[in-house]
Amino acid sequence: MQIRPILATLRKHRIPAILIVLEIALACAVLCNAVFMISRRVASISLPNAIDEKELISVSMHGADPTRAAADIPRNLAALQGIAGVQAAGVISSLPLSTDNWGWSFGTQPDSVLEDRSSDQNTNVSLYMMAQGTERVLGLRLRQGRFFNADEYPGSLIGSGALPSTHVTVITESLAKKLWPGQSPLGKTIYSKPAYFTVVGVVADVLRPRLFGSDGLRSYHSSFFPMGPDQALANYVLRCPPAERERILREAVQKMQALNPSAVINGNTYEAIRNRYFADTSSMAWMLVLVCAVMLAVTAVGIVGLSSFWVTQRRAQIGIRRALGATRGDILRYFQLENFLLVGIGILLGMLLAYGINLFLMAHYELPRLPMLYLPAGALALWLIGQGAVLGPAQRAAAVPPVVATRAA
Amino acid sequence: MFGYYLDLALRSFSRHKALTGLMVLAIALGIGTSMTTLTVLHVLSNDPLPGRSQMLFYPQLDPQDLDGYRPGVEPPGQVTLIDGMNLLRAHRAERQALMTGGSVPVEPPRGDVDPFFADARYTTADFFPMFEVPMRYGRAWSAADDQAKARVAVISRSLNDRLFGGRDSTGQLLQLGDSAFRIVGVLDAWRPSPHFYDLHIAGSYARAEDVFLPLQSALDAKLAINGSISCWGGYAVGQLATAPCVWLQFWVQLDDPAQAVGYRSFLEHYSQEQQALGRFQRPLNVRLRNLMDWLGYQRVVPSDVRLQTWLAAGFLLVCLVNTVGLMLAKFMRRNDELGVRRALGASKRALFAQLLVESGVIGLSGGLGGLLLALGGLWLVRQRPTDYAALAQLDAPMLLVTFALALGASLTAGLLPAWRACQIAPALQLKEA
Repeated sequence: MQIRPILATLRKHRIPAILIVLEIALACAVLCNAVFMISRRVASISLPNAIDEKELISVSMHGADPTRAAADIPRNLAALQGIAGVQAAGVISSLPLSTDNWGWSFGTQPDSVLEDRSSDQNTNVSLYMMAQGTERVLGLRLRQGRFFNADEYPGSLIGSGALPSTHVTVITESLAKKLWPGQSPLGKTIYSKPAYFTVVGVVADVLRPRLFGSDGLRSYHSSFFPMGPDQALANYVLRCPPAERERILREAVQKMQALNPSAVINGNTYEAIRNRYFADTSSMAWMLVLVCAVMLAVTAVGIVGLSSFWVTQRRAQIGIRRALGATRGDILRYFQLENFLLVGIGILLGMLLAYGINLFLMAHYELPRLPMLYLPAGALALWLIGQGAVLGPAQRAAAVPPVVATRAA
Repeated sequence: MFGYYLDLALRSFSRHKALTGLMVLAIALGIGTSMTTLTVLHVLSNDPLPGRSQMLFYPQLDPQDLDGYRPGVEPPGQVTLIDGMNLLRAHRAERQALMTGGSVPVEPPRGDVDPFFADARYTTADFFPMFEVPMRYGRAWSAADDQAKARVAVISRSLNDRLFGGRDSTGQLLQLGDSAFRIVGVLDAWRPSPHFYDLHIAGSYARAEDVFLPLQSALDAKLAINGSISCWGGYAVGQLATAPCVWLQFWVQLDDPAQAVGYRSFLEHYSQEQQALGRFQRPLNVRLRNLMDWLGYQRVVPSDVRLQTWLAAGFLLVCLVNTVGLMLAKFMRRNDELGVRRALGASKRALFAQLLVESGVIGLSGGLGGLLLALGGLWLVRQRPTDYAALAQLDAPMLLVTFALALGASLTAGLLPAWRACQIAPALQLKEA
């Protein structure tokens, strides 16, 4: 309607106009990047994990006599299974997100050298060694092939070496896709000279004990191996109804401590393990949310301050317009439109700035590119805030009586 | 004059309470947030041994075979046991210590405490004097103890409190699994930050270990190793003593630059000697970084923390621009008052000074508010579960930085509005008023 007079006025009041544009641009740039950081953290906290997290508790045992493992492990399992409410018990070398990572690098060629570092040819993989039946306790979801046969467990040991002595493995879907894109992984072999393992099954994606990069792609490079009674099997897992977890956990820890007086026993629900892993990430995300909220509030306050100053300065002008027949609504809309224009220019600048900041952060901090979706979302938020902030001052402007025009100047 | 300006400023504050409050709040929020993150950054990029760090060096050798060799690649960040022992025995530096992390099962002397695992450091005698580790009771072990693989131990103050109720426990036995070690020393509180001498354990800001044992004795007792092990040449971890694996850290103390140059050429000679023996296959590749350079190269400060600092700087900028806007609004509203002062003979400079004093007062109040917010923010950071959380404390230099930043920020924010406000013609203002 009246864009031309608005532009003319803005040209006369250049400094306040530039300040509002600058406020919005900066807020937009910082907001887009901060929200992006928050969303990446939220995404990593909520990474799916194909085990029955809610039903699991874990009792870890360290420092037991390794030479007695063959006798101790079946005894411990039997004792744990005897606790009322326990549906199944198993034992595994480590658990997803427990930070206790057993990693090794494998290649798909027979001459892939044995090393624990990732390279162009090799893929770093986390190893889970487990006793018979543990896949059912965890609730691993088989997608292709089979789990291990009973005769594949007893002879597979690791001792003080790095890799189990079996030659079969079950891997996750993501790892299969990474190693053999577009092919069936069943019957294929991973190598780390002189060790080799043939893939007999594929399970839905299970997280690694420790995540590498927050992209979620490498986070699922997990593999499973059968294992006989070996000291590497240190995490007893129990499956039980979620409502009874706490009681069963207490009983399980007591029982294990009584059976293994010299070992160090630690019990946790799986949910606690997962929460502990992400505790820092989530507290960081909350801090970022807090900073964003405060920043938007400050920006809103700044707009209110500048707009009300502006209204006071233009009381005479408003009075004249009212005297010449402009309605209250006209005045209100005038200030709202003015704010809309200013915020729009600010957003435009802010988006460029946001993009620039993102480029800088990408170069220095391994951040991915800012998704385009964030820009319109940030723009909408700032437009709303701008309109909200200008409403008060604009209403005050609309309330200026026409008689002011005759009195002033 | 300053007192008069101050008086004028206070009068103006009481007239425009809401606007003044908003300005102080905006500055306080900006300062509070940026000081919180700056303090965390400052604490994390701390020099763990001020005054000594420039004398401590971390030699790197490249003992790997040619498999996967690419020129220009950094040598490994740790050493093999063979090289470590050779360098240790060569004794070419003022002091030198070889070390690795470990984990030991502690059997408490009192029966009512369950056994637990403690983090351990297996190292050599010079560790304690070289890193100026404070001793509460007893002494560290000697080089002779290292040689003799003596079963002796030094424990931390907190472990001593836990096991022996804080009494002098030297001479007592410390049962670690099947092996017994005689306690010869108890440390005083010691919290090097970052955990500079071994960055390969979980978390660069981990607490110092609770149990210190002579390296050879710990290996002899087959206690568990904890840390990063990196092998090559088709070797699976097993017999670490002779394996082509790097898993130990080696530190030397070199008192002046001449010694550092000398030690560097010693490392080169050593590498060439090992090449001649066929043990080292890659071209000569040695590094000798001092402590702070090593921390920088290892990027110990978490990138999250740097990211937050950038974010907080952006936030401070937002707050500043808002303060400029609010100050502009405030100063321009007082055109009449300023016009009267101009008409009564105050120079533009005097007005400018008056307005800057006013911004300065706002800045200092904002700084005070920001300080409170930063203290609150740091409290929040300390509640976080990271290993560096406990370190987040405001110190004297950061306190000064807070006020300098607040004052600088508010004066910068005041410059433009003050200049604008001074541009008014006295006559015009008088007529309007």
